[in-house]
Amino acid sequence: MRTATLVSLVAVLVLAVLGVSLSMPWLKTPVLMAISHGLAVTGIIVLIRAGQVSFGHAMYACVSGYAVAFLGRAFHLDTLWLVVLGTMVSIAAAALIGVFMVRYRGIFFGMLNLAFSMVLFSVLGKFGGLTGGTDGLRFDRPAFAGFVMEREDFETALLGLGLVLAVGGGVLVMRYFGGVNGQCLAALKTNETRLEYLGISAKRVFWGGYVLSATLCGLGGTLFALTQGLVTPDMGYWVRSGELVFIAILGGSGHALGAFIGAFVFEFVKLYAASLLTGAWQLALGIVLIVMVFVAPKGLYGLLVRRCKPPEPKARAVRKNVVKEVVA
Amino acid sequence: MSEAAASLLSTRGLSLRFGGIVAADGIDFDLKEGERLAVVGQNGAGKTTFINICTGYLKADAGQVKFDGADVTGQSPRAITRRGVGRSFQLPQVFTEHTVRDCLLIAASSVHRRGGGLWRSLDRAVDADEVDNTLELLQLAGRADDIAGDLPEGQRKLLDVAMALVLRPKLMIMDEPTSGVSTDEKHALMAVLMRALDERKVTSIFIEHDIDIVRQYATRLAAWIAGRIAADGRPQDVLSDPVVIRNVIGE
Repeated sequence: MRTATLVSLVAVLVLAVLGVSLSMPWLKTPVLMAISHGLAVTGIIVLIRAGQVSFGHAMYACVSGYAVAFLGRAFHLDTLWLVVLGTMVSIAAAALIGVFMVRYRGIFFGMLNLAFSMVLFSVLGKFGGLTGGTDGLRFDRPAFAGFVMEREDFETALLGLGLVLAVGGGVLVMRYFGGVNGQCLAALKTNETRLEYLGISAKRVFWGGYVLSATLCGLGGTLFALTQGLVTPDMGYWVRSGELVFIAILGGSGHALGAFIGAFVFEFVKLYAASLLTGAWQLALGIVLIVMVFVAPKGLYGLLVRRCKPPEPKARAVRKNVVKEVVA
Repeated sequence: MSEAAASLLSTRGLSLRFGGIVAADGIDFDLKEGERLAVVGQNGAGKTTFINICTGYLKADAGQVKFDGADVTGQSPRAITRRGVGRSFQLPQVFTEHTVRDCLLIAASSVHRRGGGLWRSLDRAVDADEVDNTLELLQLAGRADDIAGDLPEGQRKLLDVAMALVLRPKLMIMDEPTSGVSTDEKHALMAVLMRALDERKVTSIFIEHDIDIVRQYATRLAAWIAGRIAADGRPQDVLSDPVVIRNVIGE
């Protein structure tokens, strides 16, 4: 997609989201959920760029979410500070855990992340005195940029912040993909041996990608926590991590925009399926994903791109099936 | 001492066993700057093992590797590459989903960085002249925008060398640069490779099975038999050595 097309598309989407949620206030919460999921999923597509899938990345959203709750309860910090500090806690955690993670690839990488996330999940659930146990931690609505607001206005302000973060996060990821580190990360997917024989450390490249992915998941987690005013261990449950991967495939892992499109479709399919097929919304989502994998292995974004620019001479057919693309 | 200083790559007593198989049996070896060494030997004679030890991919059980005056024994491929050893592989190791030019840009980013890496796009963060010059040199300029994985074998071999050459190595080690290429294309491929190495003044080692190619392009020849260098010297001398004729060339 050309830059001009992309910029106008993003602008239209942002305005549409803003317009719709302001005219139908009950949509603000699901929209905020979708944005926070979308941010986390941009983190997942960073890993997919390296040919890796994590089934534990919701832990970084969970870590930043709990950081927001603890800091909010203890120091009554401003929303903006909570977003910054919460995300920094996730970054610190990923920088440390990443040192071990970057030694592993494929199924081991995916499962090791899952294991870490389940340790966190259990710790948060068991140490009830400190963490509120499975009921989680509630915190008072913080001020936003110095203003104390009612729920309604606070959500509107969060929505604005979320949109800024979404666009910012998307631009960040796409710049990273186009730069030296992002290109090396993509090269890691196809040939680590060559990378080492170029004098480039595959582990260091992967570590950078890992921390970036956790940063984005962390950002999403702060927004999620602030929207709910509540954090629970469930934020870091492995099913949540799986959902992030699900959304990445649904939206298409080739572009940050795909993450957000996927997140919105996911959120609203879930919302409507929950009301129409009570207790069976997973069925609806499952069918959607099966259809996507067969019809559009490059996700919703892939469909969009195909619509926008019909046959281009250099366009290449999808050579691999989606499972290989993701796991290899 | 002066002899040691003059040699670019040298090994002393290099030994490695895989179970009962002796892959390297106390190899003493010296390569001088400007030499163009061909390595011949049957499969399993330990040619690739020797390269793998010299470039840090395998650790020897015993012995020492020196490159450019420094002891590099046991160092990683990354560290040895950074000292100036380029390598190409029997099966080309390229980034199959990147374009030819992007492969070289990524390679060049390792040494010819302009800074601001995270924010600048790849072709701005890297010295693009160096890349285009190398593409030109290996006659890949016409393929710059093709996906590396789609190249025919001969050009993939060239790209494999180009990715190492763009690092400006002092020594280039090539593991069977002409394998997997049809007989009539071999000479053309070698001509391009050797001209490129000459132009960049790179000392080189290449493993080769085709005796014609060896005769035409090597200034020195070493014959490997069972983890040892059985004969080493001028190509015509080594090729007329009865032991080499019996064990390596096979009549």
